[in-house]
Amino acid sequence: MDVNFKMDKPVERSLLDTTNQNIISRPLDRIEGPLKVSGRAKYSAEFKLPNMAHGVLVGAAIGKGRVKEIDVKSVEALPGVLMVVTDTEKFLRNPAQGMDTEAPKQGVTSIDYFGQPIALVVAETFEAARNAANALSVTYEDAEGRFDFDARIDTAKPKKDSEKNQGDVDDAMRSAHANVDAKWTTPSQSSAAMEPHASLAHWEGQKLVLYGSYQMLSSNRLQLADAMGLDPEDVRILAHYVGGGFGAKLGIGPESVAAAVAAKDLGRPVRVVMTRQQVFEATVRRSNTVQHLQLAADAEGRLTGVSHETITGNLEGEDFSEPASAATQFLYSGANRRFGNEIVLMDQVLAGSMRAPGEAVGMLALEGAMDELAELLDVDPVELRKRNIPERHPTSDLPFSSRSLAECLEIGARDFGWSKRKSAPASTLEGEWWIGHGMATAARSNMLIKSSARVTLQPDGRALVETDMTDIGTGTYTILAQIAAELLGLPIDAVDIHLGDTNFPPASGSGGSFGAASAGTSVYLACEKLRQTIAEKLGGEVEDLVLSDGMARMGNTSEPLSELIAEPLEATATVEPGETGKAFVQAGFGAHFAEVAVHAHTGEVRVRRMEGTFAAGRILNEKTAISQCFGGMVFGIGTALTEDMMHDHRYGHIVNRDLAEYHLPVNADVPQLKVKFLEERDHAANPLLAKGIGELGISGAGAAIANAIYNACGVRVRDYPITLDKLIDHLPDPKGL
Amino acid sequence: MKAFDYQRADSAQAAAAMAANAQGVRFIAGGTNLLDLMKLEIERPETVIDISRLPLDAIEDTEDGGLRIGALVTNSDLAADARVRRDYEVLARALLSGASGQLRNKATTGGNLLQRTRCFYFYNRAMPCNKREPGSGCAALEGRNRIHAILGGSEHCIATHPSDMAVAMMALGASVEIQSPDGKTKTLALSELYRLPGDTPHLETELEQGDLITGVVLPAPVGGRQIYRKVRDRASYAFALVSVAAVIGLEDGKIGSAQLAFGGLAPMPWRNSDLEDALIGQTPSPELWGRAADILLADAKGHGENDFKIALARRTLAHVLDAACGGEK
Repeated sequence: MDVNFKMDKPVERSLLDTTNQNIISRPLDRIEGPLKVSGRAKYSAEFKLPNMAHGVLVGAAIGKGRVKEIDVKSVEALPGVLMVVTDTEKFLRNPAQGMDTEAPKQGVTSIDYFGQPIALVVAETFEAARNAANALSVTYEDAEGRFDFDARIDTAKPKKDSEKNQGDVDDAMRSAHANVDAKWTTPSQSSAAMEPHASLAHWEGQKLVLYGSYQMLSSNRLQLADAMGLDPEDVRILAHYVGGGFGAKLGIGPESVAAAVAAKDLGRPVRVVMTRQQVFEATVRRSNTVQHLQLAADAEGRLTGVSHETITGNLEGEDFSEPASAATQFLYSGANRRFGNEIVLMDQVLAGSMRAPGEAVGMLALEGAMDELAELLDVDPVELRKRNIPERHPTSDLPFSSRSLAECLEIGARDFGWSKRKSAPASTLEGEWWIGHGMATAARSNMLIKSSARVTLQPDGRALVETDMTDIGTGTYTILAQIAAELLGLPIDAVDIHLGDTNFPPASGSGGSFGAASAGTSVYLACEKLRQTIAEKLGGEVEDLVLSDGMARMGNTSEPLSELIAEPLEATATVEPGETGKAFVQAGFGAHFAEVAVHAHTGEVRVRRMEGTFAAGRILNEKTAISQCFGGMVFGIGTALTEDMMHDHRYGHIVNRDLAEYHLPVNADVPQLKVKFLEERDHAANPLLAKGIGELGISGAGAAIANAIYNACGVRVRDYPITLDKLIDHLPDPKGL
Repeated sequence: MKAFDYQRADSAQAAAAMAANAQGVRFIAGGTNLLDLMKLEIERPETVIDISRLPLDAIEDTEDGGLRIGALVTNSDLAADARVRRDYEVLARALLSGASGQLRNKATTGGNLLQRTRCFYFYNRAMPCNKREPGSGCAALEGRNRIHAILGGSEHCIATHPSDMAVAMMALGASVEIQSPDGKTKTLALSELYRLPGDTPHLETELEQGDLITGVVLPAPVGGRQIYRKVRDRASYAFALVSVAAVIGLEDGKIGSAQLAFGGLAPMPWRNSDLEDALIGQTPSPELWGRAADILLADAKGHGENDFKIALARRTLAHVLDAACGGEK
């Protein structure tokens, strides 16, 4: 029984609003939680296959040039060494970008970035392989590298089709009552997921089986098949649990192909786990950005012009450019508009998608500029935003599918106590700390991606959900179980969720905040189909069917599901995006409020409290959704204050390539966080009436902190992260207060 | 990790003797720094001598009212010791500002003193580094040197010493007890333990082959107000950009005694007696803090990204002295 559903028109009524099982939306604990905290949830690097060998990648020790010679003999005699793979034909130059259906660049003889994998040393143990990888003698021919972004910024070339012009921004700027015209810079960032990239490859005849730590298995399968010259049917990828991805595991990485090649050559399973340093050097980064923001406003504080132009870097042959103006294009009004991206060719590790590509750093600039504009206009920052919420999309004139932005701003401000804020900077000194408050809007586009799932109702009354969807720590297992339990009238522990195996129906994968809505809809549709079949078995209309506590009721008839079903009852459903994706602007919205303290002598910044108010359609599980927002807000703290992937301009390498020196926020950096969701339904998004939430919490979060820093001490820093060295020379004298 | 011989010593004397005659020897206790460096093959010892079972984990009173801390006392235990908390508060605070709870449970007193720099280039074997590979050059001088030294460096090395504990011990006037391979013991002032890089940055201490640190002796407490102030890029689990350990005694509104040491600024915990002399007998004032900073930073040299440390050290010193002399702590 297959169901195909295209989201062509808004869904008027969702079954989830009628089933009354009180399972959907509830803040249930993760169903796989006990497995994770007791070490029984197996991650890719934890699988052990008989006769498994261990591979360690060797990264280029220069940033640009080519390998003259890899002296395999230099390590062959070392104890335990089995082989050295130097397959330039098959090796990936860099990871695949998210949702690519082909392999990334292969057959490269040049070295295009420092750490580019050039060999895999395979040995009987991990320790022996790592030792031999360190000992491998490689001679290089150096070439001049493109390592200094600032020095090369004039070579930036427009990204194809990124330019958008409406009206005349320059004229709007000239005739504005007030305007902001400034540049913001953000550094390269690393996803730095706790679980490093890892692949375990083995061959079953001509078929490749790979345990890989990836986010999007159905496209990963196509990438890997293309890289290995295989039919996709002959590639199986498993990822039951993934220890964080944040974009870095959207596409296959070099370790997967290296493991597959070695396993084939050796005739043994081969496991390759990247070192922490390699994760920084040879996976994917968020590009540094230079963003030029221009805002023009009239005397009433209404925007007349908005321009957001972005320059990023990437490897030759890669056209991804952080779409920093993604939310700027629809968030605020203004008749005159200009957007565009330019790319500087750099010999640096691949730039690609990292959590909320676009909004995560774009809103640092936009919301900083809005804060500056509010000050120039002497309008409250919350009020300025509310005043500029457009009726419809400012360019396409499309309606918004659902948008509780004004409510988020109002309720968020009320809960935070925004009205007590002193608008003049450097007004509050508590002991040695300047105290300030800042806010920013949150916005993140919503998407629906083709996704399939199979739901089987078993004769014993249990349900089984199968899809190659992943759970990268977001709560997928739990929300899919909630959807199935709600719609089939089963207790949640009567639902088994099997994820992360390309033998199951292909799903959207985890990325772009679309996973819950896309994979969730496929489960919804399959359950809907099963409800229909059950109704038919009972000889009635599905509208009259009530499924509850494992019983099927129709009028006066009531029968246990286990008695009604003799054979497993199976439905496979596929959802595809359709016309509603084109007819509506779809996005999640929210408001961030932050209180910070800036040390009057040292410039240290501490976030004292942070509150996010969000609306993202139906919330599928309040607990996992709040956790997603917490995570995004913590990302915001790191983005605002600490994270900076430092490139060396002479050697091209990443200087701080471990968790000691790449400063993610630690517990002590994260204050009491509060998240509130507003009740909302989005009928154009999907039958769940839910929107994405995974990236909403980060969008704008850092800007609220930056704006609070300005309010605290009067120092406006547009160069992220806002480390103390950028503050100390400008701090006000506390004695002046 | 390079394969190595593992030996276990059953006495300090035996450990020193074992180390005297072998090539590429490292003692291992907590291993919190050494193991990381061995995995990266920045340290490639032939032989590792395990001293973790030696009876060097006591904290004892000395005859002259001070404290002897065994080399194997963990950072956690030392920070929690009642005498340390009462009489050497600056040390307890310095310890607790370092690393993480898990690391402090393993890290030892002797190992903490001898931990290696966190210079980015020292940690990357593909980069020139005179400390790791003498004669290869210093990539930090004109590179990413935000975390590097402004005092005591040379044209061969500007790496900083990362310890917090050692900064507090330096301010307290600690000395180090050493077991030599010849069976003798010796004592070095902590200020004499470390070497400045000069043209031999790979030589970091005055320890000789086989020398084993067995303990640290703190002199009798001097009283006064004790402060350890660590300024860093995040609230925890980061090395100091600038840290100040201060033990300041006031007499009749004037500074009677002043012992100060600094972290994050130099290749070793930094102490400057001229600075202390300039404070003693003076009345606290912002001008005095400025003069003190002038003395401390007279020879300070920034290398680009770390220029800010000069201003930061000045500000942090003033703020600590202010707090120590009765201002806000």
